[in-house]
Amino acid sequence: MNGLLDSYMDITGKATIDHLRQLSKDLEGKTVVHVNSTRVGGGVAEILDKMIPLQQELGLNVSWEVITGDAAFYECTKGFHNALQGTPIDIPDNLIRAYEATNAENAKRLRDQLEAADFVFIHDPQPARLLELCPNRKGKWVWRCHIDLSRPYRRVWKYIQSLVRDYDASIFSLAAFARSLPHTQYLIPPSIDPLSEKNRELDPGEVQAVRDEFGLDPERPLILQVSRFDRFKDPLGVIQAYRLAREFVPRLQLVLAGGGASDDPEGEAVLSEVQMASGDDPDIHILLLPADAHHTINALQRAADIILQKSLKEGFGLTVTEGLWKGKPVIGGNTGGIRMQVIDHHTGYLVDTPEGAALWIRYLLNNRVLLESMGSKGREFVRENFLITRHLRDYLSLMVTLLRGEDSGRIELG
Amino acid sequence: MSKIKTEVKPFAVTDCAMLSIATGVSAQNLRELSDRLGEVAESSIYYHFWGMRLRPRFEEPVYNNDFAHWAQESLHDRRLAERLGVIDPPSFNDMSELRAELIDVIEERLEESEYVPWAKPDEGFRFIRSILVVFDTGLRIKSPEDLCDLLPKLSRSSLYYHFIDARRRHPEGEDDFRAWLAGFGERYDGLRAEIANIDPYFSSLSSLGQLLIGCFEFAGVGGEA
Repeated sequence: MNGLLDSYMDITGKATIDHLRQLSKDLEGKTVVHVNSTRVGGGVAEILDKMIPLQQELGLNVSWEVITGDAAFYECTKGFHNALQGTPIDIPDNLIRAYEATNAENAKRLRDQLEAADFVFIHDPQPARLLELCPNRKGKWVWRCHIDLSRPYRRVWKYIQSLVRDYDASIFSLAAFARSLPHTQYLIPPSIDPLSEKNRELDPGEVQAVRDEFGLDPERPLILQVSRFDRFKDPLGVIQAYRLAREFVPRLQLVLAGGGASDDPEGEAVLSEVQMASGDDPDIHILLLPADAHHTINALQRAADIILQKSLKEGFGLTVTEGLWKGKPVIGGNTGGIRMQVIDHHTGYLVDTPEGAALWIRYLLNNRVLLESMGSKGREFVRENFLITRHLRDYLSLMVTLLRGEDSGRIELG
Repeated sequence: MSKIKTEVKPFAVTDCAMLSIATGVSAQNLRELSDRLGEVAESSIYYHFWGMRLRPRFEEPVYNNDFAHWAQESLHDRRLAERLGVIDPPSFNDMSELRAELIDVIEERLEESEYVPWAKPDEGFRFIRSILVVFDTGLRIKSPEDLCDLLPKLSRSSLYYHFIDARRRHPEGEDDFRAWLAGFGERYDGLRAEIANIDPYFSSLSSLGQLLIGCFEFAGVGGEA
């Protein structure tokens, strides 16, 4: 009966699971609905994929709903995403109308369920308007923002702010992302699932099979960036860093592995820019992987010597967490949640330029002992802070806090 | 193992977790930091001195409070960072005295400075507060000797609860260990005095367990005593 939760005990320890059970006592039988805009692809879907069954096992009545829309809706929400991460673009009125109409359409389908729920978690801006479309809601509504909101484009933020201000609470991954809102803003970093196909332990044969599949030489150093083909992930900067580092590490191989997400219309354009930039270099491997290529990504991360995540903007950067969990140092862009995970000289290096990335690639590949010890430290850092059990504990704590009130600054359980 | 027959209530081993909350208050320069410090809730000042220990981080940072860290990393003002870093919260009677000291140090630095130091736009100081979620481990300890045996197994968060958070809960500002040992009368006064010597502010959570074991050993309680 308690199989799924108990399966985490070997990794997290018994106390962690006991804490979850204590927290869930207040929440038994409560109905919880999570709403986002994609079932597969991207960090949000991956988290929900495991968060839902875990909450169910703890006795909560949880469901996950996905809103759907047409091309104009996704173009609008992609525009929101870019603008909220700082790109100064105005969203045309016709796209805003498509956004509002899509939310209204989905509200028709979901209204009864959402209005009856004890807790509703709305993920990101895509379904944010559902709150005003559910006037008879009885539960607590929480807006979960996964985006780097540290310097949003003001006009677009004002619009989104008007949609989210009436929520009962919001969640941001980092303090730097929190905005001025008239409700409590919880700070909850996301997490990875150590037992998922993307993160479970693999035997060396499985890793070698993936090397063979993509023509990667196990005798030569390999650097890897896994991310959507998105300008904020700076894939062109990664190619530049690879070229600079290769002058000193001539046998270097680079893999850029990008998964697609159904709510990202820009991916193809960026992919062709990346293909053009890589030219005919046989040691740059550009892999366009399906959204469910979790095993392949797992093996690639384990095959790599160093993980790169040279983002220019990043909500949290779960690929960083995944890389650290596999015991690899990470060279990451000095932005957003990467700063929380990549601690200079402990788990990797933060960089602002392709030159910086090249410098640390060269340094680490010439210091194998340091590379290994950083990797071990990174794995323990993730174990303590960024596994799904901690994330689940924070969500449950938030729900208990919303139920009990938080005036005293403490919640006593047990 | 224990030979003590006593009416003292068993020690309830407790654990905790912290849920952080953004207050929405931030400072982009040193003048703003001083002004905001005068306004924010005491719980936020407490978080930036004590609660931050439960946050994801590596032990042994250069500075033990967020204000000093920000002065160094975002304002690049080492002189201010050192002055803020040496502030010792246990030596103040309450949070309002600590708040006043912080503001004094910052105002003094502002008076010395030719200009008001600014942080980069995305490196402002964000005031945070927290909610402590307290878990009962179900474990009960009957004797100080048994407590000594347990210490190596206590989690960092449990040590935080019993050694740091406790000082807010007990009127005398004691930790839970000393408060419980007092129930045994004078017998463990030596051990209590040893524990009182541990500096709660400048000791990392990881080192606290070892320091406490050292106190028990020195006082001849538990272990191989």
